[in-house]
Amino acid sequence: MFSKQMGLGPVSRRNFMLGTAGVAASGLAMPAWARGESLTHAAQGPGEVSGERIALTVDNHHFGVGGRKGHAIAVNGTVPGPLVRLREGQNVRIDVTNNLAEDTSIHWHGLLLPFQFDGVPGVSFPGIKPGETFTYEFPIRQSGTYWWHSHSGLQEQIGHYGPLVIESAEPDPRYDRDYVVLLSEFTPRHPHEIARLLKVGEHYFNYQMQSATEGDMPADERLMWGGMRMNPRDISDVTGATYTFLLNGHGPMDGLEYLFTPGERVRLRIINGSAMTFFNIRIPGVPMTVIAADGMDVSPVEVDEFQIGTAETYDVIVTPPAGSHALVAEAMDRSGMGLASLTSHRGHRATPPPLREPVTLTMADMGMGSMDGASGGAMSHDAHGGMDHSGMNHGGDAMAGMDHRSMDHSMRDTSKLPPDVKVGPGLDMVSPMPMDRMDYPGLGLDTVPHRVLRYTDLKAARMNPHRMPTRSMEIHLTGNMERYMWSFDGRKFSAVTDDPIRFAYDERVRVKLVNDTMMAHPIHLHGHFFELVNGAGMMNQPLKHTVIVQPGSTATFDVTANEPGDWAFHCHLLYHMHAGMMQTVTVRPFPAPEDAA
Amino acid sequence: MRLRTVLAAPLLLGAAPAAAQDHSGHGDHSANDQEEAQPQADSETEDHSRHQQAPAPFKLADMTGAPAMDHSMHQVGDLPSGPPPPEAFEGPQHAADEIYGEAAMAEARATNHATHGDMKTGTLMVERLEARLGEGEDGWLWDVQGWYGGDIDKFVVKSEGEGEIGGDLEDAEVQALWGHAIGPFFDLQAGVRLDLEPETRSHLVLGVQGLAPYMWHVDGALFLSDRGDITARIEGEYDQKITQRLILQPRVELELAAQEIPERGIGAGLTKIEPGLRLRCEIAREFAPYVGVEYEAKLGETADLAREEGEDAAGFKLLAGIRAWF
Repeated sequence: MFSKQMGLGPVSRRNFMLGTAGVAASGLAMPAWARGESLTHAAQGPGEVSGERIALTVDNHHFGVGGRKGHAIAVNGTVPGPLVRLREGQNVRIDVTNNLAEDTSIHWHGLLLPFQFDGVPGVSFPGIKPGETFTYEFPIRQSGTYWWHSHSGLQEQIGHYGPLVIESAEPDPRYDRDYVVLLSEFTPRHPHEIARLLKVGEHYFNYQMQSATEGDMPADERLMWGGMRMNPRDISDVTGATYTFLLNGHGPMDGLEYLFTPGERVRLRIINGSAMTFFNIRIPGVPMTVIAADGMDVSPVEVDEFQIGTAETYDVIVTPPAGSHALVAEAMDRSGMGLASLTSHRGHRATPPPLREPVTLTMADMGMGSMDGASGGAMSHDAHGGMDHSGMNHGGDAMAGMDHRSMDHSMRDTSKLPPDVKVGPGLDMVSPMPMDRMDYPGLGLDTVPHRVLRYTDLKAARMNPHRMPTRSMEIHLTGNMERYMWSFDGRKFSAVTDDPIRFAYDERVRVKLVNDTMMAHPIHLHGHFFELVNGAGMMNQPLKHTVIVQPGSTATFDVTANEPGDWAFHCHLLYHMHAGMMQTVTVRPFPAPEDAA
Repeated sequence: MRLRTVLAAPLLLGAAPAAAQDHSGHGDHSANDQEEAQPQADSETEDHSRHQQAPAPFKLADMTGAPAMDHSMHQVGDLPSGPPPPEAFEGPQHAADEIYGEAAMAEARATNHATHGDMKTGTLMVERLEARLGEGEDGWLWDVQGWYGGDIDKFVVKSEGEGEIGGDLEDAEVQALWGHAIGPFFDLQAGVRLDLEPETRSHLVLGVQGLAPYMWHVDGALFLSDRGDITARIEGEYDQKITQRLILQPRVELELAAQEIPERGIGAGLTKIEPGLRLRCEIAREFAPYVGVEYEAKLGETADLAREEGEDAAGFKLLAGIRAWF
C-alpha cells in the first residue's frame, strides 16, 4: 500500500563525514561528560521497529551534523530513535533498557494509555534507573501520527526522541506513499549549559535583535517596548545560533530526499519533535491538504503553509508535479531552516527559498487586542461560538487612542488576575486585554500572501459526542523573560506537585488558557485529547493534545476527563518546562482494582 | 537632603513591585483551604465508594437543563468556575504511589522539583577590566560580579578597585551579599563590604539591583561604615546595539556621602560623577573587548579638598578593556 524512504543515501553519508571534519575548526572544548568515554557515533535518521514486542535501548553517543558535533543520547543507536510503527487494535509490550549513567524515561506523546505507562518520572512512574529495563504494556486504541520522547531532565534535546505511527484498523485509501517528517534540532552545547545561559545571559542566542541599524520599528514604539522592559524580537529563546534544524536527523546540507512518482498522493506525517522550535512548513509551488492534526483526522483543508508548534503533528497529502521541490521547515524566528527535497528524480536537490525577514512582535502579542486588524480585529463573530465577544470590540477602539507612555503602567495590572494566581517576581506582565486568536496563523505568517492554516480551519472529521461542559476554569500562563522564570498561575511545578489540577472522572470542563507572556506556548495535556473551542461547532471541534496559545492571547478547549490517573500538563518548550511551566492534572476516582483493565 | 532624593529613585523602583506582591498575597482565597483539607480526609480511607455519602463542601450549579441551549452561542462566562466535584479528591495524594510504591515515587518527585523549577545556577562576570589613560597618571580598574542561587534568593559577590599602572593599588573592595527578588525586575541586596585599600574598613550594605524601565541596568547601594559614616553609590548602564555584536554602552556612576569623611578626602553631598561611553564588540557573547571614554569629576566639597591637595578635580580618560563572563 505504501512505501517508505528515509533518505539515508550515499549523499547524506558523505556530508556526514564532511561535517565531522569541520568540527576541528570550531574549537569546541570537549565537555566533561564526554571525557574518558569512548562513544560511537549515532546513525543519522531513524530505524524502524514494530510488532507486539519491541525493545528499545538508550545509550550515550556522539552525533554530528553540518559541522556541529557533540554528545547525544541515541535510542537503538540512532538519532532520532527508531520509528515505532503500530496498528490500531493491537497490544504492545515495549522493553526500554537504560544504559545511561542517569535515570531515563519514555513518554508516548499523544497516546491514550493507562497512566502508569505514560512515562513521566515523578508523576506517573518512578523513572528508569541506570542499568534497568522497564516494560511498558498497553493496548493501542487509536491511529495516526504521534511521537515519543524522554521526559527526564533535558534528554529530549540531545536525541532521545522518535516518531510513532499507528496504522488505522481500516484500510486508508487516501494516499499512495507515506513518509515521516520528524522535525528537531541538534546543538553541540550541553542542554544544562543552554538552561544556564538562558538564566544568566540576556538573549544569549538571539542575533536578530532590533539595533540602530536593523529593524524598522519607529523610535516611539521602540521606546515603549523599552519602557516595558520587553524585547519585540523575543521570538525564540534558543535559535539557529546554536541549533542545526533537522528533518529525520538530517541537516539542511545533508540532501535528504523524499522520492515520489508524478501523480502519486504523498502523505507527509509532519511531527515537531524539537525541544524549542516552532517551524513554518511549506513546499513552494505545491499546495498541501491537511488531513489530520495531532493524529486525529480533520476535514481536508488545502493550504500553502502552516506553522507547527513544538510537539504538534500535522498530516498532509501532496500531489507534486514532476521535479524537485523544497520541503522547507523554517524556524519561526527565521534564524535557520530544516530542509529536504521532495523529488521525482533521485539525486536532484531542490533549491530552497531564502530565509525571510525576522519577526517583530506587535500590540496584539502584548495582549493589547489588535491594532491593525491583522488578526483579532478581522475575526468574524459568527465563526467564534465559544469566544467571549464582549472584550473584542474594545480592543481596537480603546487602543487606537492609547498613549504609549501610559502603557508600561498597564502592563502589569495584577488586579486583572484571578485570586488564585500567585503574584510575585515570576510574573512580569499581565495581558491587559487578552483575546482569543484561534484565527491567527502564527507569528510572522499573518502577512504572507498565500493561504496559511489557522486553528479556525480545523474541523474534526468524525463527530464528537454531544456534551456540554459543566464547569469552566481559567489557567494563566505566566513568566518573567528577564529572570527566565516560567509557570502556570504564577507557581512553578516544584511548588505545586501536591496541589494538582483536579477533574472528576468523566467530567467535561471548559479550560481557558490566558497567556500573560509575550511568547507563544505549546501547551500539552498527557493522556487525553481536548477539543479546541474554535468555532467549528461543538460536535466538530478538532481534537488535539497540544495547543499553541499565542502571545498575550487566550485559547480555550473542552476536555472530557475520561482517563483516570495523574497526568502531566505542561508547556512543551523544553526549557520552559524545565523552569517550572508544568502541572499535574489528576482525574479521579481511580477505578477499583478489579475494574481495571 | 540631596542624598535622600537621589537614592529614593532606584529604591522606589524596587519597592513598588514588592508592595504589589504583598497585597496580592491575600489572594489565596479560603475556598482553597477547604479543598486542601478534603483530599487528606479522603486519602485516609481505601474505600472509594465512600465519596457518595460524603457531604459535598460546595454545590455545583445545576447544568442538566443546559443541553437545550444553542451551543454555538455558549460562552465561557456562562459556566460555573467553582472547585471540582468532591470525587476529584478521592484516592491517595499521588496516583502512582499505589502502583510503584510511595518511596520510589517520593524520590522521583524530589528529582522533579530540581528539574522543574528549582534549578540552581550561577555566573561570574567581569563587567569591566580596563586600562584608563588620562593626563598625568595612567590607571587600571576592575569591576567583577558573580552570583549563585535560584530564582528568588542568590548569593552575590562584587569586587571593584583601581590602581596606577605599574604602581600601587589605590582602592579595592569586596562585597558579600544576599540577593532577594522583590519584584519582576529588581533584587534587594544586603550584606557586608570590606575595603582592603586605601585602608581596611568594613561596611554594612543595603541596595537594589535590577532592570529599570527603558532597559537601564541599575545598581544602587547604601553603605554604613564601621565608623558610622554613610555613603552611597548608584550605577546605571544601557546597552545600545549598533549591530548584533557591536554595542555602545553609556554608563554613569554617582557617589554620595551623608557627611564629611576628611581622612578620605570626601565632602558631604554628591561627591563624584563618572559618565562614560564604551563601545564593545561581542566576539562571543562571553568575550567582548571595548574602547571608550570617561569623564570623572569630583564635586562640591570633595572637589575643593582634591584641589587643596593639588589634584585635578576632573578630567577625561581614554579606556580600553575587556568584558567577559563565564
